[in-house]
Amino acid sequence: MAINKEGNVYTIGFAFVLVVVVGTILSLLSVGLKPIQLKNQEIKKKIDILSAILSPEEMNKVTRKNAEEKFEKYIDLEKSVVLDYKGNIKEGIDPFQVDIRAEHRDKTLSIEDKNFPLFVGEKDGETVYVIPIVGKGLWGPIWGYISVGEDMKTIIGASFGHKGETPGLGAEITQPFFVKRWYGEKIVFPDGSPAKFEIVKDGSGKEPYKVDGITGGTITSVGVQEMVNRGIKPYVAYFKKIKK
Amino acid sequence: MSEDKKTKSEPLFSKKNRKLITDPLTDNNPVTVQVLGICSALAITVQVEQALVMGAAVIFVLVLGNLIISLLRNLIPSRIRIIVQLVVVASLVIIVNEILKAFMPDVSEKLSVFVGLIITNCIIMGRFEAFAMGNKPWPSVLDGLGNGLGYTILLILVAIARELFGSGSILGAQVFGDSLNETGLYALGYENNNLMILPPMALIIVGIIIWIQRLKNKALIEDH
Repeated sequence: MAINKEGNVYTIGFAFVLVVVVGTILSLLSVGLKPIQLKNQEIKKKIDILSAILSPEEMNKVTRKNAEEKFEKYIDLEKSVVLDYKGNIKEGIDPFQVDIRAEHRDKTLSIEDKNFPLFVGEKDGETVYVIPIVGKGLWGPIWGYISVGEDMKTIIGASFGHKGETPGLGAEITQPFFVKRWYGEKIVFPDGSPAKFEIVKDGSGKEPYKVDGITGGTITSVGVQEMVNRGIKPYVAYFKKIKK
Repeated sequence: MSEDKKTKSEPLFSKKNRKLITDPLTDNNPVTVQVLGICSALAITVQVEQALVMGAAVIFVLVLGNLIISLLRNLIPSRIRIIVQLVVVASLVIIVNEILKAFMPDVSEKLSVFVGLIITNCIIMGRFEAFAMGNKPWPSVLDGLGNGLGYTILLILVAIARELFGSGSILGAQVFGDSLNETGLYALGYENNNLMILPPMALIIVGIIIWIQRLKNKALIEDH
């Protein structure tokens, strides 16, 4: 029996079979690979946190293989805490498991319910605090980690990440030359209030509380500015409390 | 297709099959001659590395997609053929992305933006519709490979020009010295051209390449 290949029955049947086959392959693949992908994400998060503490040169020695071991060496999850937006400690939450990107995306979540994890570690005998931050760039989310030294003021390291900023322009926020511009800045004004950083275009980034932006990546740079200024607030409040 | 009957005895790399690979590299280049895939050529040619990754991804999807479409060509109902082609591209891209995420997470991060760009790349749908729907699997694979390579070569040419004059580097390695510390050429007053890293410059460079190519091969000049 010859099948009419242009008939409705054949066309619908073909579409049906195609969708079932493709759907099955894709869902099997997705479910099967999920555990490996989650593990990769966890390692990536550890690498991101580490790169806020270690210099780019030291980071060259960190690979996906030894990231977990290095993470345990520098970060003490026992001492790490989760804060609320006013800088008070929230008990019973694992700081590493808090997904601030998901919380930032969730528009139904009020600021009172948001969690602000603070990672505490040690480098060269000094305590370091790693502050995770999240914001938005030109095309999608951007995020980062800022680490401050034992004085709870001076930025000693940072790392930035993005989902899909323009390569060569906004995406340059991950590059050492941009990250290093944040080193030495203070996260508090002399009067103790949270600092307000300014991304500048005129090359005056050497001045305190000013950071040079990236040519052609203005919107992403401004996104970083907004993310840092908003992100440090709960932590500045917390540092003030524990210093007393 | 008359071709279907005679290819049985044809060697794998016959003259005709070789032309399937070599033609798209020069006189039938998908970007400069057919003017397809321009959008992604503008978007990801700021750095050579991105161009390479994108080129590899497109070659992979194009070769495999051409093969699948060619194998199914006698089964696909013509009324829904475009949708079927779209499903094949989209699924292939998702499969590639999932596998990369699991086993090559670093590459996957670099590719993240381009995954969407691969699906919308007109070269892929163009080759499915114009070649794979009417040809046997082996020539289709070669056609995919040729067009993928032709696309990649152009991306790399544009990216080299843009990265070299826009950022002073090739594949991230500083060629002209360090612009921040003013060493090498920068000490003599040389400055990077910021226009090179903006998208309009990619269009101008593609235009220059098209111009040079038509100067060399007058047969490519369209009649008006």
